[in-house]
Amino acid sequence: MAFTFAAFCYMLALVLCAALIFFAIWHIIAFDELRTDFKNPIDQCNPVHALVLPEYSIHSLFCVMFLCAQEWLTLGLNVPLLFYHFWRYFHCPADGPELAYDPLVVMNADTLSYCQKEAWCKLAFYLLSFFYYLYCMISALVSS
Amino acid sequence: VADSLAYPGRQNAPPPRSSPVMSTVLPGAPSPRAPPAGKHPREPVALGVPLPGLPPQKGMQYGDCVNNQASSAPTPLSSASDDEEEEEDEEAGVDSSSTTSSASPVPNSYDALEGGGYPDVHSSSASSPAPDHAPEPDPAPAAPLSAKVMAKPFGHGYPTLQPGYQTTAAPPSAGTFAQYPQQHPGVNQLSSALGGLSLQSSPQPESLRPINLTQERDVLPATPVWAPVPNLNLDLRKLNCSPDSFRCTLTSIPQTQALLNKAKLPLGLLLHPFRDLTQLPVITSNTIVRCRSCRTYINPFVSFIDQRRWKCNLCYRVNDVPEEFMYNPLTRSYGEPHKRPEVQNSTVEFIASSDYMLRPPQPAVYLFVLDVSHNAMEAGYLAVLCQSLLENLDKLPGDSRTRIGFMTFDSTIHFYNLQEGFSQPQMLIVSDIDDVFLPTPDGLLVNLYESRELIKVLLNALPNMFTSTRETHSALGPALQAAFKLMSPTGGRVSVFQTQLPSLGAGLLQSREDPNQRSSTKVVQHLGPATDFYKKLALDCSGQQTAVDLFLLSSQYSDLSSLACMSRYSAGCIYYYPSFHCTHNPSQMEKLQKDLKRYLTRKIGFEAVMRIRCTKGLSMHTFHGNFFVRSTDLLSLANINPDAGFAVQLSIEESLTDTSLVCFQTALLYTSSKGERRIRVHTLCLPVVSSLAEVHAGADVQAAICLLANMAVDRSISSSLSDARDALVNAVVDSLSAYGSTVSNLRHSGLMAPASLKLFPLYVLALLKQKAFRTGTSTRLDDRVYAMCQIKSQPLVHLMRMIHPNLHRIDRLTDEGAIHVNDRVVPQPPLQKLSAEKLTREGAFLMDCGSVFYIWIGKDCDSNFIEDVLGFPNFASIPQKMTHLPELDTLASERTRSFLTWLQDSRPLSPVLHVVKDESPAKMEFFQHLVEDRTEAAFSYYEFLLHVQQQISK
Repeated sequence: MAFTFAAFCYMLALVLCAALIFFAIWHIIAFDELRTDFKNPIDQCNPVHALVLPEYSIHSLFCVMFLCAQEWLTLGLNVPLLFYHFWRYFHCPADGPELAYDPLVVMNADTLSYCQKEAWCKLAFYLLSFFYYLYCMISALVSS
Repeated sequence: VADSLAYPGRQNAPPPRSSPVMSTVLPGAPSPRAPPAGKHPREPVALGVPLPGLPPQKGMQYGDCVNNQASSAPTPLSSASDDEEEEEDEEAGVDSSSTTSSASPVPNSYDALEGGGYPDVHSSSASSPAPDHAPEPDPAPAAPLSAKVMAKPFGHGYPTLQPGYQTTAAPPSAGTFAQYPQQHPGVNQLSSALGGLSLQSSPQPESLRPINLTQERDVLPATPVWAPVPNLNLDLRKLNCSPDSFRCTLTSIPQTQALLNKAKLPLGLLLHPFRDLTQLPVITSNTIVRCRSCRTYINPFVSFIDQRRWKCNLCYRVNDVPEEFMYNPLTRSYGEPHKRPEVQNSTVEFIASSDYMLRPPQPAVYLFVLDVSHNAMEAGYLAVLCQSLLENLDKLPGDSRTRIGFMTFDSTIHFYNLQEGFSQPQMLIVSDIDDVFLPTPDGLLVNLYESRELIKVLLNALPNMFTSTRETHSALGPALQAAFKLMSPTGGRVSVFQTQLPSLGAGLLQSREDPNQRSSTKVVQHLGPATDFYKKLALDCSGQQTAVDLFLLSSQYSDLSSLACMSRYSAGCIYYYPSFHCTHNPSQMEKLQKDLKRYLTRKIGFEAVMRIRCTKGLSMHTFHGNFFVRSTDLLSLANINPDAGFAVQLSIEESLTDTSLVCFQTALLYTSSKGERRIRVHTLCLPVVSSLAEVHAGADVQAAICLLANMAVDRSISSSLSDARDALVNAVVDSLSAYGSTVSNLRHSGLMAPASLKLFPLYVLALLKQKAFRTGTSTRLDDRVYAMCQIKSQPLVHLMRMIHPNLHRIDRLTDEGAIHVNDRVVPQPPLQKLSAEKLTREGAFLMDCGSVFYIWIGKDCDSNFIEDVLGFPNFASIPQKMTHLPELDTLASERTRSFLTWLQDSRPLSPVLHVVKDESPAKMEFFQHLVEDRTEAAFSYYEFLLHVQQQISK
């Protein structure tokens, strides 16, 4: 039983992953409110924008940490999402990420359902990875 | 009060109070009727009548109206809350006045409305539209399609009508029907045009007749193509919304999404909600009757279950009929809710109560933001604008509260203090463009009537103030920010005149066009905005009920794709005058003059929202037009103008098997320029069908093309132009192959299409050759983007002319088939197909492209025609640039001019006329519109058909 760097990474990832889960839930609620007319897209997208960059940076932080800890399997699991985030970040309308969820097009039925699906998928991914990190953390603590 | 009204005809009614709304009765309209005493406690006090003869440009139906002064301290709107569903509760108030149309028709026989008896399928397909044969209701509902269709949830079932109520009915005699067609101007010609078609009834509907496109040479009919009439029974058809305001791509809605997918046709609506109408029933009533659950306005397609209850046709909820609604102000009778004007007209306008306001109605506010840099002075638009404003200052729609302001900008921003009391306009210059501020809190937007003299002084002085300017920069972004600050307390309209690429401050743009790429067949770049500045600005403006209209008068590339965002998302409009110059390009200048006249005087609605509702099971998918989408079915429109069109894509979410009719309702809530809150409601009713053949029979090819064009614009911005082009071709291939699979019993030698879709390939080819989507032909990026903006915002009729111009031969006009308009005989020359083979050298042809008319004169044109119409002795003496027809006192000239005037009157923006000689260099302009011909870069019509056929058989 030793407190290795890998174990530390997993512990930190566990905490941050909880935050990401909350972000994902928040997104789901936000888009659901849009769909059911409770909110104006302008009001809705501004706070959503505020969360985009933190989410992306937290997730990148994970990946860097796992890279340093040489946890190749975990890194491999996270790389697709990392690339997706990069793509999303650089594929936004002209002025960068704050319009990743553009209030002008978000009400388009296709865009809205895409955003909702994205949020659900991320929630599932973060939940699974949460338990995976938990498992890995314990095994890292126990094994060595 | 409301509780004591349980009984009709009770004598204990309080005396009628005076109405808050006094409507003036205008000449020509029936005089106000005296309220029937004691019949009903809440009497209609003033019965005004919308005047039928009012010119469409006129802002308002009423000469006199409530002047709400409360707006002296307007509060900015929270953008989230301005919703037409402001108040759930719609209890009847105390005072009531009813203003209803005198000309609402009341059919004598309501039983005819009830049944679902479909008229014969054969006659329905292309037969004449409803309003014209109004007087005779379908004598016997002929051969219904099936028993299922008979069971209708809609219509006016009235089983429990008490005899006492019937006696009061006294429907206005058949004479009222004569007035009905006025409501749908243009339908007169329509029916005469279609009358011939409906005669040839074959075993199957005319619209389903298979046509072999590769063999049929002349698919284009000789008369203009009219909207197909939905396959409804005659009475519903008569009540249905005019196709000019409201059209669906499929006039028979497929039952399920699966059936729609099988048909491979786009499903959507084309709207022109704020169209200038010559007659519109205006209803003033305290209770606007709406469904309790889905908030649908009561409309002709609801069903009355009994005397006191009605069933919503969109969500099927059963609602109570409010007491006030039982009284019919038209017939002055009680107990006939089904004869109220709301239930008799599918297009009505309500005067809304304060429940529909979040703040007092705003005054009309106009701000002009003018580019005065060197470039602008060189172009010389300012003199035209100022002159036009001076002429139309009194005609600006508004009331005594109307406010107006001016700003000019180059590298600095200039404000004009026009506060009354000054002897001269005071110019205030703000040079800090990084942090714009308003130099004075008031005096920049002034009351039009109080400061009229100062405004006139300024308008006279403005064109000469900057003539010697050396300033070449343009700080458009900061000027717009200042305009936003100025407008945000009230909202209103900002008109921006820009002549070059913005080069200073926020929102500056770089030239992105590579002239060598103009005729590229591969990739067209930069169709999307370069910066989000204008988008965000538009959003802020939209939140403060401000619309930005852009006039771009530029000879160079000005990045319209970025600039257009400011209008697109704030519900403004865009006008583009390429290579504008006041002396070198007189035709553009004339166009600007005419457009400005229309722009300044046309009707305008402020702080508007539009909601589109449809029968349960259908849902809105995507909206097209200039607006900001606020929720799934609500569009926020800071301004609405009569020339704005919208398109909506629909999807079928639930199967529609349990209903035989679907309805669509748009409700446009706006503040009129007179400070009244009004709601314009259009309702469209369409049948539901279960077979692919019926879906094909009901296809509206023009609506489908317009919707496809809108979708293609979106596709070319989000993906690429070549994707959009492919999608257009695929739309034809898919729909025709879907049709081909249904008629497999026929021989497969050619390309088969149902008659309803016979023009589909032609129109798609025209679209592919349109400026917006063409490749291979040199097209300036701004021209392309402007064409895309027009596709997005034009209503269907104008868009169709832009896509597929009308070509007429005009050197042999006769009175055969002519129509009479205002004592003038207007000849109706047949349509020619857009191919050079039709252009004989002996003829003269008129091409109507919507915003431009070309008259092409053949080399060997009859010299009589040249002399009689153009006023020149022979072909050689016709000048190269000719933009007017002289007024000559000959029959031929009279006929030609009356035809031209008739065409011009049919559109809001007066088109420019070009007379093109056969040899002149300008003929390329003309020839590029001949879409059926082959060009270096594109297929001819026949080649395109072969291409489609090849794709199908693959």
